[in-house]
Amino acid sequence: MITSFLMKSMDRSIVVVVAILLGLAVLVPALNLLTPPDHPLHVPTYLVSLFGKYLTYALLALALDLVWGFCGILSLGHAAFFALGGYAMGMYLMRQIGARGSYGNPLLPDFMVFLNWKELPWFWHGFDMFWFAALMVVLVPGLLAFVFGWFAFRSRVNGVYLSIITQAMTYALLLAFFRNDMGFGGNNGLTDFKDILGFNIQADGTRATLFAASALMLALCLILTAAIVRSKYGKVLIAVRDAESRTRFLGYRVEHIKLFAFTVSAMMAGIAGALYVPQVGIINPGEFEPGNSIEVVIWTAVGGRGTLIGPIVGAILVNGGKSIFTAAFPEFWLFALGGLFVLVTLFLPKGVVGTAGAYLARRRQERQARAAETPATDLAGEPMAAE
Amino acid sequence: MNQTIGQSKPTSLLYLDGVSVSFDGFKALNALSFVVEPGELRAIIGPNGAGKTTMMDIITGKTRPDEGQVFFKGQIDLTKKDEAEIASLGIGRKFQKPTVFESHTVWDNLELALNRKRGVFPTLFYRLTHEDKARIEEILATIRMASRRDDLAANLSHGQKQWLEIGMLLAQEPELLLVDEPVAGMTDAETAETAVLLKEIAKTRSVVVVEHDMGFIRELGVKVTCLAEGSVLAEGSIDFVSNDQKVIENYLGR
Repeated sequence: MITSFLMKSMDRSIVVVVAILLGLAVLVPALNLLTPPDHPLHVPTYLVSLFGKYLTYALLALALDLVWGFCGILSLGHAAFFALGGYAMGMYLMRQIGARGSYGNPLLPDFMVFLNWKELPWFWHGFDMFWFAALMVVLVPGLLAFVFGWFAFRSRVNGVYLSIITQAMTYALLLAFFRNDMGFGGNNGLTDFKDILGFNIQADGTRATLFAASALMLALCLILTAAIVRSKYGKVLIAVRDAESRTRFLGYRVEHIKLFAFTVSAMMAGIAGALYVPQVGIINPGEFEPGNSIEVVIWTAVGGRGTLIGPIVGAILVNGGKSIFTAAFPEFWLFALGGLFVLVTLFLPKGVVGTAGAYLARRRQERQARAAETPATDLAGEPMAAE
Repeated sequence: MNQTIGQSKPTSLLYLDGVSVSFDGFKALNALSFVVEPGELRAIIGPNGAGKTTMMDIITGKTRPDEGQVFFKGQIDLTKKDEAEIASLGIGRKFQKPTVFESHTVWDNLELALNRKRGVFPTLFYRLTHEDKARIEEILATIRMASRRDDLAANLSHGQKQWLEIGMLLAQEPELLLVDEPVAGMTDAETAETAVLLKEIAKTRSVVVVEHDMGFIRELGVKVTCLAEGSVLAEGSIDFVSNDQKVIENYLGR
């Protein structure tokens, strides 16, 4: 059942992107580790981590596309799920520091010693084990999305109202995580990581592995998302997006349909956050900034909402642009981002990938129409017969 | 009158008694009583604001009545259920404005409407069986859209969208079908075909049609209920109703 479910996702564009991601997962680490630094094809480690970061952003955008592109839920709080996944991973990494912190306390992370805490808060227990932290990476964002969605969708909060309360959610979390007595490092967040699964987090090999893991996870989530949206459930999602009350009168429980997509999406965002944190080396409350969630919407819109591949392309393009732009003209980046969003909304409403796809489909149709006009061949007869 | 309605409750398919609802002081329905028997095709007429659409909203769970009883099959209390539950009990509804899923193909529209398990996981792992395929083919033939199965619903004409929506209702296999103004905006030929289609559908289930088009209702040739100001004004054959003095004053005469 599961394999046939996953096989359904495999149309050509998905296969191509998955192949590219798998190729990158092998090639980039190989070029980083196996070539000498002066080799023309050498990929420096800082670039490996930078690209790895883009891939986690791409996964976040893909997660948003599942709810926004296919179900019409414009979540402006997806960065919150990303950050929660990141914090879960950060807590694991903090516990791995052990007695190597500045205060040398074998149990308590530095910031707790600094705050004069005597014992580990209950919610930090278990995070010394990777499997537990990995579970929390999906469970915590998933649970928050489930509870939040349960109330919001049951009360039929829709459209702009839903967007606003998702912003409120991420803002509330921002304020909460800023507080020192929450036990998550307050303003400074979690940083100074040393090891992950026993490997030095700064080492080239670890960085390359994290990159490969990000690429693999993105490929896996892409296949999963594609399988979801190509299933009958995915068709119901689109039906909800286009005509919610009609779907309800067909007998579908719209709130359950939305809740499932929202929860799965939040879990994927959590995974993205967990892969992001070891590659950038820090997680702090700034990740909950409402603006971050809005940026994710821009990546998705630029790439093309509802196309699955679009958000991946969009996240990489916009963030690549950001890295280059902020190095050259740092003060103009926000203007460029805002302008980009306006231009895309006006001229490419389907985004880069959506517009390209529509262009190719039109070309194919024209070819078929031309073929249909030339009579007396077997092939040309077919579209006529179908009419 | 209430006496006779009360007696018909156990045998009726749909039973409304003394239903009232008001919006901001405006009484949209005023002690409306109305019974549909199993297998009946019923037409409802009435001026704008008579409460026709509100009545459908009450039956399908979109609006809750302030007072009164609404029962399906004699004992299921519809006032306690929501839209999705009522739809899965077997009450289908066609809206005034054709609402089909525009970004889905004709085939997918029917597949979504098909009377199968509608939960998250059954739909996630759903596979089109031969039986379901045959059923969709059958409906495509009934609504005469077999040749357009792969077209997006957005590209259909107005009349075709209406038919597709009727097809979706058939796929739902409802016992009671509520149809709101099915021929609005249709050509004469399409109207005639729709009348044939509805009569065909009514052979296997009850249908309630709300319509303004008197010619169409004459073509259906069924019992007619005239609503005005939220309650029943007259009920009977089309000739009986259209000769009723109150109906002429309230509706036809205008």
